[in-house]
Amino acid sequence: MSWLSRVVRPKIQAVLRKRDTGDSLWHKCDACNQMIFHRELSDNLNVCPGCGHHMRIAPKERFDSLFDEAQYETLPTPQVAADPLKFRDQKKYPERLREARHKTGREEAMSVARGKIDALPVTIAIQDFAFMGGSMGMAVGESLVMAAERAVKDQTPLIVFTAAGGARMQEGMLSLMQMARGTIAVQMLRESALPYIVVLTDPTTGGVTASYGMLGDIHIAEPNALIGFAGQRVIEQTIREQLPEGFQRAELLQSQGMVDMVVHRREIRPTLSRILQMLMYDRLQKNPATALPRPAALTQADDMPA
Amino acid sequence: MRTYLDFEKPIAELEGKVEELRQLAAEDPTMNISDEVAKLELKADNLLRQSYAKLSPWQKTLVARHPNRPHCQDYIDRLIDDFTPLAGDRGFAEDAAIIAGLGKLKGRPVMIIGQEKGNDIESRMRHNFGMARPEGYRKAIRLMNLAEQFRLPVITLIDTPGAYPGIGAEERGQAQAIASSIERSLSLTVPLIAVIIGEGMSGGAIALAAGNDVLMLEHAIYSVISPEGCSSILWRSSDNAEEAAAAMKLTAQELLSLKIIDEIIPEPMGGAHREPAQAIHQAGEEIRKTLAKLEKLSPDELKQGRREKFLAMGRQGLH
Ligand SMILES: [Zn+2]
Repeated sequence: MSWLSRVVRPKIQAVLRKRDTGDSLWHKCDACNQMIFHRELSDNLNVCPGCGHHMRIAPKERFDSLFDEAQYETLPTPQVAADPLKFRDQKKYPERLREARHKTGREEAMSVARGKIDALPVTIAIQDFAFMGGSMGMAVGESLVMAAERAVKDQTPLIVFTAAGGARMQEGMLSLMQMARGTIAVQMLRESALPYIVVLTDPTTGGVTASYGMLGDIHIAEPNALIGFAGQRVIEQTIREQLPEGFQRAELLQSQGMVDMVVHRREIRPTLSRILQMLMYDRLQKNPATALPRPAALTQADDMPA
Repeated sequence: MRTYLDFEKPIAELEGKVEELRQLAAEDPTMNISDEVAKLELKADNLLRQSYAKLSPWQKTLVARHPNRPHCQDYIDRLIDDFTPLAGDRGFAEDAAIIAGLGKLKGRPVMIIGQEKGNDIESRMRHNFGMARPEGYRKAIRLMNLAEQFRLPVITLIDTPGAYPGIGAEERGQAQAIASSIERSLSLTVPLIAVIIGEGMSGGAIALAAGNDVLMLEHAIYSVISPEGCSSILWRSSDNAEEAAAAMKLTAQELLSLKIIDEIIPEPMGGAHREPAQAIHQAGEEIRKTLAKLEKLSPDELKQGRREKFLAMGRQGLH
């Protein structure tokens, strides 16, 4: 590359990029290449209306689609030690965190909220692949523990939407320990006999699958979601064979007995509602008063004079 | 024949010279070599002491993987009386990457579960290089259930490059098996002592290492991913493994200060592979002491204490 193209090319690229995002009223489906009008895509929860391909969806849009009247209280992201290893690869870890925060507008890779599904109070945690690949650092583990503690306190089910490449290497062993800490969070619900439902979204691999991702009372997966322990490249390098069609995809995992059902994104809310009403039936019968506390934020909003 | 690591070359040269002199003296009994040999041996000893006192994280990685380093079976052979291996997950297969069974540690019956890498081509193949499949973890869960039922302490010996990444392993639920093994470990009301004896890599290691106490040999490594794996993901090249090993803080000394592990078991001069019997004896003493401490606790204290230890991790340094 000549010095001229080196100088000129980035500028052209910048212009092109700007135009790309400037009028991104149209979105191309990753699977069928169909152009979809952005409003139509978001109305359809980022599922291609043409081929049904499930594209990624941000936590806020997901929460909006799950809770009654899109009303919920978001819990603050718990504070954790910042960069305890002083980790540096090609970039410093705090720099990568800053970039992820800037890109997503979110503080960390797990968001937790409480609200209701068909009047039943629930706690929901959503892992965010856009934030450093959803990687399971201390903040993710701590959010999960917080969500579980809150669910136990409020006596609500906990629903976790998983999405992650796996561990957050920049936190070293502190990241690996989140597999144990996430598992303790699950045990808190078990011991309180509260439902713990996992919704596996694309992609969920590594330490997340090998801990709280595979410990649900019920496992729901989104269509075609990649779900597994080892990464596909690692497997290919180890066995030196091509992987079979549909390997580690939701539908295959269902046939192998690892997930209960593969559910279209639009159907997840009614599915959760149906399941939770039944799992919570006995508890609600015995003690309807304490089993249905109203989340504080909603109570305030509801009670506000119009 | 002793196997030398790259960084041990100067030591190898000195020890080679001693060997040479000895052979010469054997051929010619009139030669007096004792002064020269003593001098060389002292020099080699000092060099060994110096280099092992300040091994880099990458050098420790090499030591942890040393082919002569004592493995799980060696520990069982030397520490456990009446070892009675138990096999199979009762669902699909026996997985020899994980060795397990009943046995006595200084007279106290215990359940031993450990990863075995093997020592030669034949045994390495049989044990799949210490990389367990789901059946290995399911066998471990089965035996933890047994230990719980009969109030036997569980001792795990960790030495694995990771859980096996294969098609069948994935299809039979590798992730679910590891997750369930962690969950079973954390719900035990009997003591669980985990000992990192070689390399403890990733989910395949933590599957058996959520212990009340986690002990680690002085030159063992314990990490979220191998240095090579970390290098290829974060540096997009396999050439930065040495840097990755340092960045991830995978040595016993670093992990003790992060409170990820509870105790370091000192190794003989020059690493466990030089004096395996001594290394294993030392580990046995530490395990026995730890067990004596844990056996004073009630079932509930054992479970709650283990849980609180893991919940506290990463929280210190915050108010
Ligand atoms: Zn499409």
